[in-house]
Amino acid sequence: MADRKKETVKVLMKERLAEGIFSMWIETEAAGQARPGQFISMYTNDAAKLLPRPISICETDGERKLRVVYRVTGEGTGTEQFSQMKAGDTFGIIGPLGNGFPLERAAGKRVFLMGGGIGVPPILELAKRMSCKEKQIIVGYRDGQTFLKEEFETNGTLYISTEDGSVGTKGNVMDAVRENGLRADIIFACGPAPMLRAIKAFAKENQIECYISLEERMACGIGACLGCVCQSKEKDSHSNVNNKRVCKDGPVFLSTEVEI
Amino acid sequence: MSAENKMECTAKNQAECAAGNQTERAVDMRVNIAGVEWKNPVTTASGTFGSGAEFAEFVDLGRLGAVTTKGVANVPWPGNPTPRVAECYGGMMNAVGLQNPGIDLFCRRDIPFLRQYDTKIIVNVCGRSERDYCEVAERLSGEDVDMLEINISCPNVKEGGIAFGQDPKAAEDITRAVKRYAKQPVIMKLSPNVTSIPEMAKAVEAGGADAVSLINTLTGMKIDIHRRQFVLANKTGGVSGPGIHPIAVRMVYEAAHAVKVPIIGMGGIASAEDAVEMILAGADAVSVGTANFHDPAVTVEIAEGIERYMQAYGFAKVSDMVGIVE
Repeated sequence: MADRKKETVKVLMKERLAEGIFSMWIETEAAGQARPGQFISMYTNDAAKLLPRPISICETDGERKLRVVYRVTGEGTGTEQFSQMKAGDTFGIIGPLGNGFPLERAAGKRVFLMGGGIGVPPILELAKRMSCKEKQIIVGYRDGQTFLKEEFETNGTLYISTEDGSVGTKGNVMDAVRENGLRADIIFACGPAPMLRAIKAFAKENQIECYISLEERMACGIGACLGCVCQSKEKDSHSNVNNKRVCKDGPVFLSTEVEI
Repeated sequence: MSAENKMECTAKNQAECAAGNQTERAVDMRVNIAGVEWKNPVTTASGTFGSGAEFAEFVDLGRLGAVTTKGVANVPWPGNPTPRVAECYGGMMNAVGLQNPGIDLFCRRDIPFLRQYDTKIIVNVCGRSERDYCEVAERLSGEDVDMLEINISCPNVKEGGIAFGQDPKAAEDITRAVKRYAKQPVIMKLSPNVTSIPEMAKAVEAGGADAVSLINTLTGMKIDIHRRQFVLANKTGGVSGPGIHPIAVRMVYEAAHAVKVPIIGMGGIASAEDAVEMILAGADAVSVGTANFHDPAVTVEIAEGIERYMQAYGFAKVSDMVGIVE
């Protein structure tokens, strides 16, 4: 059924959260259906930039409002253009896209919700929606600009790591786990590849069920172009080779099913 | 002409709008490509549309003249390492490397899926050797598909692909070989990465091609100056999108003056205006590729826009417009 479309959405509010990190609330139909860990494809209004920017969903009001928190990746980039928008501006999106985190797996368990860098934002909606035995949110930042900290504090027990040691544990999220002697039965994580590799190794060593959200350069965002694949351990039933589509089969994968 | 197809009068298009709405006559959108009748002249450029399943959520495939699938080989191909795609000014680059599930799964899953829709099925065929191409063509001869498009122009694979598409003799030979096995009309997809398009078009026509399609992507390169490394893992990739459109129009024009077989024009088509331009240059039909990534419903909008153009300027059928700008 051809019932999906590119939607024109309106910016409700935009603010700067930290150096190069911006938050934007938009009014969109996608808000009602979005699950934690899904993303939206955001199109700039610049005709010379024709590919969408895949941006993770930070939170929604469950109805008409959706929040994205994104990093400006450089001068003249699409993300910079989004950072210059103001309330009332409009742009195109497609979404929600991707599979999202299987949050029902967390029921009755001790959970790690781990985010690093620009992988921090999608952890918020996950934390808001999750019901589990013990909700331990472990987020890593570069420095003391700990964006979304207040929101996390009201949604679980928060542990912070910073690369420069200015807040919380000095180091990364795994250092925070060790320093605080934390334990989990299930892990949900989003962040840069080195962080995800460390978490995957930790989960394997401790035989913990672990879901990681991957990032890859995308074109179509809907699973057709095969631009954004990752390597899968087993032959994938759709691709018929050891590749999975990050945009369509992911971005969230069981850590043991992908090679990262 | 139905009411919803009426042109909206704006300050910008007043003249054509008035002309169009006065004539009020039906236009015939059908085109005949090598004996296969499409309901309209719009298809999808191979590799940008998968086998249609993902786009079917956004666009009614039954409103397209044809769906051209992503290239399929005799066996599954894993494709290239990532990053496989990058944006460039007014376009993009890709080096997917023809990842595909192989002809067996394709026949089992993708053909029945597409057959649910009232559209023509064009299967793009890739291979590393003449034998690979022939094996797929032979396999498809027993399948319910309408046309084959032979990809001798992919710049992103080491063997096969473009190697057959840059030498006229090799292109002619592979066309002749594939024609021996194919039951359906054969479209040869040409590369722009050649010295002479007319020479290549004539070569595949001499080899028995029933139609030609062009252009595939132009080989490009992008360097990340901050990391001082190539953006694509493959170093080079195929450039596509609106930025290459004028090159494609020129090459379609050249091909149209070199061969008699029908031409499917593509390269940076992002609007009905781009499509009409391609038709006026000599294309019998058009393919829409990269623009699908900017708006998944763009193919149907282009088909509708071509119809409005024909109404506005009084063209009764698509073939009346083909190659009329000499």
